[in-house]
Amino acid sequence: MSPRETTLSTTPTPEAIAGLRLGDIVYLDGLIYTAREGVYKRALEDKANIPMELPAQSAANFHCSPAARINPDGSFEMGAVTATASFRFAKWLPEWMAKTGARLIIGKGGMSSKDYKRYFVPNGAVYLTTVGYGTGALLGRGVETVEAVHWNEELGLAQAMWVIRARRMGPFIVASDLDGNCLFERENAEIAQNLERVYEGTRPAVLKRYGETDDRSDEVIG
Amino acid sequence: MIPIPLIQSTAETLMDKAAIEIPQDYLDGLQAAAKTEDGDLSAFVLKAMLENYEAAKEDRRAMCGDTGVPRWYVKLGNEARVEGGMCALETALRRATANATNGVPLRPNRVHPLWRTDHDNNVGIGAPEIEYGFEPDGAWIDLITVHKGGLFGTDYRMLFPSDGIEGIKRFYLDSLVAFGKRGLACQPAIIGIGLGGSKDTCMVLGKRAAVLRTVGSRNSDPEIARLEDEFKTLGNSIGMGAMGFVGKNMVIDCNIEVGYCHTGGMQMSVHAFCLSSRRAVARLWPDGRVEYRTDPDWFTPYQRRDTVGWDAQAEAAE
Repeated sequence: MSPRETTLSTTPTPEAIAGLRLGDIVYLDGLIYTAREGVYKRALEDKANIPMELPAQSAANFHCSPAARINPDGSFEMGAVTATASFRFAKWLPEWMAKTGARLIIGKGGMSSKDYKRYFVPNGAVYLTTVGYGTGALLGRGVETVEAVHWNEELGLAQAMWVIRARRMGPFIVASDLDGNCLFERENAEIAQNLERVYEGTRPAVLKRYGETDDRSDEVIG
Repeated sequence: MIPIPLIQSTAETLMDKAAIEIPQDYLDGLQAAAKTEDGDLSAFVLKAMLENYEAAKEDRRAMCGDTGVPRWYVKLGNEARVEGGMCALETALRRATANATNGVPLRPNRVHPLWRTDHDNNVGIGAPEIEYGFEPDGAWIDLITVHKGGLFGTDYRMLFPSDGIEGIKRFYLDSLVAFGKRGLACQPAIIGIGLGGSKDTCMVLGKRAAVLRTVGSRNSDPEIARLEDEFKTLGNSIGMGAMGFVGKNMVIDCNIEVGYCHTGGMQMSVHAFCLSSRRAVARLWPDGRVEYRTDPDWFTPYQRRDTVGWDAQAEAAE
């Protein structure tokens, strides 16, 4: 069975979000901004004014830094676009969502169902994962224009806040829903049933390490 | 004498090729995987990746937005001479890295570990890494660039002889399962395993096994080659596919390299060369000829020699 495909606005209605199911394929239309540790720190810890009207202009936060350059004439050249792993941003996301009304968090690898239940669901937000990883060239094709880049002087190109206009940008996969379910945890649970057989005959290492788990149903993202 | 401008311009072309063109051996491996994949989501991911490689080549844009951390492996034939010497070569490679970062463009990934300073050109302290190898004959140099991405999928562990092959298997599985979940390792990948050496050389061996050998290559030691086959099958029997979804393709190939180690130990490292297995190679000749290829051909009999002298071994083989 091939997955369901749908197109979504980056300022989606609550109904549109409620209609998404785990594993759906999504293409995005509208403005998307990139924000990762640099932007979060600057906006939330240093209290800098966010240079966009959020969520009116965009409710889509992409955990990404593009392969891009700023030309001498001030125009932009954006090649490939790929997400970075999102679990590291759990520290900032609740406050960021409250402040910006972000409804679509786009990145790599998703968050835990604990995160989804604690602050995604109350904010009416879901997580979209990039595919691959990463389909950088395909996503790059979905960039109609680069509208702006903010804070590149302060944060460097890789951490700057890029604002892009997406036209049928994708594919992305719906990795959480409004009940707080997690696509990756669902898959993990199914795979875990097979692990005992695969590990059969192997032995734990003679020399142990502090702080590690020997339970293969655990995840390393904590 | 190989001129510096030729080294720099070739290096810039290699940076471009590595970022944009998926090597044919990896592509063949992934296409074969896509044919066997029956997990719905895993199969969708592989199909999207195959389309992505086409899009990258058509548009001449980087295949992945995380363009990795560019590094260089330089191999010199014993008679090779570089205009201006090796310091001039290193400067040419640093220039090419900076120019290509702005040109392709690549993501300027390289920052200071503490101050997070970004020169926006992938050049800085110790960056790009430049490593060297030598071969007994030839006046050529091979320039190899690898843009390995990813912060996950690589691990090291000090094992001991009593851990045995079963211990090696377990650490291999641990690395695949731990970093395969949610697709953190960007699998299916070329898995490189380093065994022996010292802690640092073990990491180097594993990384080189992943990035400097092609899909389908086998270690010259038939017993190790057999292990490579077995480990590939084992990794693909976990039941995990692309992005950590249910599936059967985790490992496009498994390459193992070894080095002699302390009598009491059995160091092991595991490295994952991701869905964007970026590598590009060129051989430069003193007469100005440049031949491009994607097989680094790093692990020659000379690199794996286990005798004191090389001539003696060459004679023994005759």
